[in-house]
Amino acid sequence: MNPVWNAIKNGARRGWTEFLYSVKSPQDQGFFLFTTAVMLGYLFLNRNNEVTFGDAVVMYPTLALPSLMGALIAFGMVIGVAYGLAMERENGTLLRSKAAPYGVVGHATGQVVASVMSLVPSIGLLAIPGILLFGDAFTLGGWGKALWVIALGTLATLPIGMVIGATVPGVQKVGTWGMLPFFAIVSISGIFTPMQALAPIFRGIAQVFPVYWIGLGMRSAFLPSSFAAFEIGESWRTLETVAVLGIWAVVGLSLAPPLFRRMARRQSGSAVQQAREKMMQWVR
Amino acid sequence: MTAIQVRDLWMRYGDKDVLRGLDIDVESGEVVALLGPNGAGKTTTIEILEGFRVPSTGEVRVLGEDPATAGEDWRARVGVVLQSWQDHARWSPRALLEHLGRYYEPFSTSGRPRPFPIEELIDLVGLADEADQKILTLSGGQRRRLDVAVGIVGRPELLFLDEPTAGFDPKAKRDFHDLIHRLSDQDETTIVLTTHDLDEAEKLSSRIMILAGGQIVADGSADALARQVTRNAEVRWSENGQRFVHSTPDATPFVRELLTRNPEVDDLEVRRATLEDTYLAMVARYEAGIDVGGVQFEEVAS
Repeated sequence: MNPVWNAIKNGARRGWTEFLYSVKSPQDQGFFLFTTAVMLGYLFLNRNNEVTFGDAVVMYPTLALPSLMGALIAFGMVIGVAYGLAMERENGTLLRSKAAPYGVVGHATGQVVASVMSLVPSIGLLAIPGILLFGDAFTLGGWGKALWVIALGTLATLPIGMVIGATVPGVQKVGTWGMLPFFAIVSISGIFTPMQALAPIFRGIAQVFPVYWIGLGMRSAFLPSSFAAFEIGESWRTLETVAVLGIWAVVGLSLAPPLFRRMARRQSGSAVQQAREKMMQWVR
Repeated sequence: MTAIQVRDLWMRYGDKDVLRGLDIDVESGEVVALLGPNGAGKTTTIEILEGFRVPSTGEVRVLGEDPATAGEDWRARVGVVLQSWQDHARWSPRALLEHLGRYYEPFSTSGRPRPFPIEELIDLVGLADEADQKILTLSGGQRRRLDVAVGIVGRPELLFLDEPTAGFDPKAKRDFHDLIHRLSDQDETTIVLTTHDLDEAEKLSSRIMILAGGQIVADGSADALARQVTRNAEVRWSENGQRFVHSTPDATPFVRELLTRNPEVDDLEVRRATLEDTYLAMVARYEAGIDVGGVQFEEVAS
């Protein structure tokens, strides 16, 4: 049996196990339910808001629901993965894996599998009640297209999460280097406010990052083609979506593995011990 | 066969030399304890040998390879007992051992089937009753036993333990010592451990190295070390309610004479220098600036 392939398989099992533990954990259930409730509540409060563009009029939640689903992908992959990696580095999980042959390969595989699996409850919990409540304009056949947007969006954002998680000095810094820029970008990415309402400079910046394109892709999957009128260029810009997300995926996938390996190389018992002492001081 | 060979190992952090020219030799099958005061460089040394840390200079050979560049085949032959904290809190000991054990499957040989059979391993470390509990709910001692199980799940030829029994109660300590003896005897595992517990070092190891100020200041069996510090034994007795102490290199003739000469002798006690005395003397000598480095002590027949 090839030991690398064995480690990848073992890592995939690890990811599945972690996912099951997460689904069964009251703490994680609470987190999923809370974030879903906040988003649904937000949509509900804005249920009578109209968005107009030229002659066209549409209810706010219809646009915001697929956009939020897109933002959830980016959130899970960037922030979720960054926290996961930084946490597992500090609490000694990575070191455990590193002590086993090809354990680092398995660890990375497990992290990827568990993170991708976590999209199922996080998107599902929002999508099912969301579509029932606000989805009268939705084309449910759109799940086919949504799947490739999710797949490509995951490939574009997951490596970003790995890069952040592998380079931040500690868990607490994920807030500074992950959360802060992430929410800054989300706020200008047409998730909560349509892009046309934004200053051109912000519109330009947002289009560099994947969040806007994932949101656009999700809208293009679920909304009727006439809704493209609300977008920049009055088009779903599918080709551009694939191109931008593809570039992020290629850049991310070439950066993440060496940075991950560098992080793993630096792991030692005393490094974990130091992180532990630091965290104890933080708690006190 | 040589399991570990270290020559002139230096480790520098910033402008501080943590290790200053270490030479270490460990033969296959030996159980070696590394003793030393806090900050002496024990953990650094172990982490270099484990391949988790790259030394500044020096030659390091562990199972024939340089740990800093050794591959995963080498990793499969080495066991590391880590101090766990909160990793895998939601896993059960059984699930974790099965998972980590699977990494070793491709490295199984007829002479050394890998991984260690999980049920047997769970029994061996005494976690049968807790095997399906969440690791989060284990006591400190139970967690340490799980750490040991994780360290040996790949059936290592060489096992590193950094302060394995910190926080153990006496019973857990005794069980752990039995386990180490079993590994050493049955699997011929070479074992290198660090400890603060001198009694433990004496019980477990065939050889003790004392590390102080980044140098090996003593290397030998507990007995040999004790003799090096002082050849004298202390004889204590009481006579008509009065206490006496006499220090002598030849305790037996002294006591024989004492008893024949004086029928009033009571509360007789003969005490050789303990490892603790030796250790404290060695460290004190080092701290007083007396160079005791590089001395190899001869094994004295006991």
